[in-house]
Amino acid sequence: MYDKTVRRRRAVLGLLVVSSLILLTAYFGERSGGALHNVQRGILEVVSPIQDGASRALKPVRDLFGWVGDTVSAKGDLKDTRAERDQWRDEAIRNRTAAAQNDQFRALLFLDKQPKSLKPYGPVAANVIGSSPTLWYVKITINKGTSSGIHENQAVIASDGSGDTNAGLIGKIDSATGNAAVVRLITDSTSAVAARNVDNTVTGLVQPTPGNPRDLIMKYVAKDQPVARGQIITTSGTTSKRADLPDVFPPDLPIGRVTRVDDPGAPDQLPHLRPFVDITRVQYVQVLTKPADDNR
Amino acid sequence: MPSVSPQLLLRAAVLGVAVVIIQVAAVSQVVIFGTSADLTPLVVAAVGLLCGSVAGATFGFAVGLFIDAALVQTMGLTSLVFIVAGYGAGRLRELRDPQAMVVPMFVGAAATAITTFGYGLMNFMLGIDAPVSFLLLRLILATIVLNALISLPVFALVRRWLSPVLPDDPRRRRRRAYTTGGLSPLSRA
Repeated sequence: MYDKTVRRRRAVLGLLVVSSLILLTAYFGERSGGALHNVQRGILEVVSPIQDGASRALKPVRDLFGWVGDTVSAKGDLKDTRAERDQWRDEAIRNRTAAAQNDQFRALLFLDKQPKSLKPYGPVAANVIGSSPTLWYVKITINKGTSSGIHENQAVIASDGSGDTNAGLIGKIDSATGNAAVVRLITDSTSAVAARNVDNTVTGLVQPTPGNPRDLIMKYVAKDQPVARGQIITTSGTTSKRADLPDVFPPDLPIGRVTRVDDPGAPDQLPHLRPFVDITRVQYVQVLTKPADDNR
Repeated sequence: MPSVSPQLLLRAAVLGVAVVIIQVAAVSQVVIFGTSADLTPLVVAAVGLLCGSVAGATFGFAVGLFIDAALVQTMGLTSLVFIVAGYGAGRLRELRDPQAMVVPMFVGAAATAITTFGYGLMNFMLGIDAPVSFLLLRLILATIVLNALISLPVFALVRRWLSPVLPDDPRRRRRRAYTTGGLSPLSRA
């Protein structure tokens, strides 16, 4: 009797482990339109309205915890915020002058095709109804999908609500169903965003630091490209003329600000960015649903 | 091995779905001490403690699968680490049957540690090319502490939900007899 029980227990355990390994292998082996991916979409379709309802119902509880946390941290943030405000004010004055000149130059060169706002990209607003429960800050679920024009590989921007300047790129659409979509965040380990600084003197690939959503790294920056603390990094958009090399992110979406540079001037210099958006606090997002300005 | 009744299956299924929905829709979005609590390993460990290793592992597998499906994550990854947590808690119950009040706290902390480190390890084995920061370790530790703090009420809720349909355990019945004034079998001899 005892042997039978032990054998049965081991058999069930082995079966479960083998099932998990088979699922892992099959999932990695199949394309995004494969059977397991379709099952996931089906489940997302069913679960997303429940998640949406639960998210709305539990919002007061979240807000209560958020309010307590914000009150505690607000005092410490005040000094930093004032310094940052002064810095932004200086920068705004410089930018206004530069923008006035820029408009004139563009008009002269017949290059005035860049969107003045995000309107040409067809932004669609959505609520966050679910977050990945791991520390890896991989994905969030939003309450709009293909019925609102949202499809895979569209850029997603957001603000964390802590200030007018805390807005920028947070990820791209990973998969979408009728009324929900999953956003793969730029803090996911498989994410990489082609980026540059606002002067276009530094280019590289922005990738995450695992477990730290407030720190990104910019890889493949050439040694002769001068990176300095405080520089603003944005998406670089499509740089290739080839239609088969698209970049899903339109140009000039703010990503973050350089906080430090490891081994500056070295061939493997590594700038660290603090993203403008704190993804742990995002409640609302905008999905850029239309390509514009040849950004495919 | 206790038999699994349809009522227990039904209650476990409702519990699994509810905990994943609450975790994803609410608890993940509440940040405390720079991290957020994770109810799922606590509930899996609680089911293991209450129902045994096979039920714990099966429940862990199902909850992990549901999380992976609902969040469009790599299928099988969370299931694998949750199987370990559920099975481990169940084996502890079968081998030692600890009765101290703080047991769910230690088991919850251990289950959280197993799942967070296990998930990280699996991710790195699957090819993440990135440095492990001190902050990540600090966040993992913060999550373990936070989960340990909430594990007692979570365990109590799970026990309250499952106890009407749990199969009666002869060992527990014997222990209850001693502690409530009943005679020890030895005294009858």
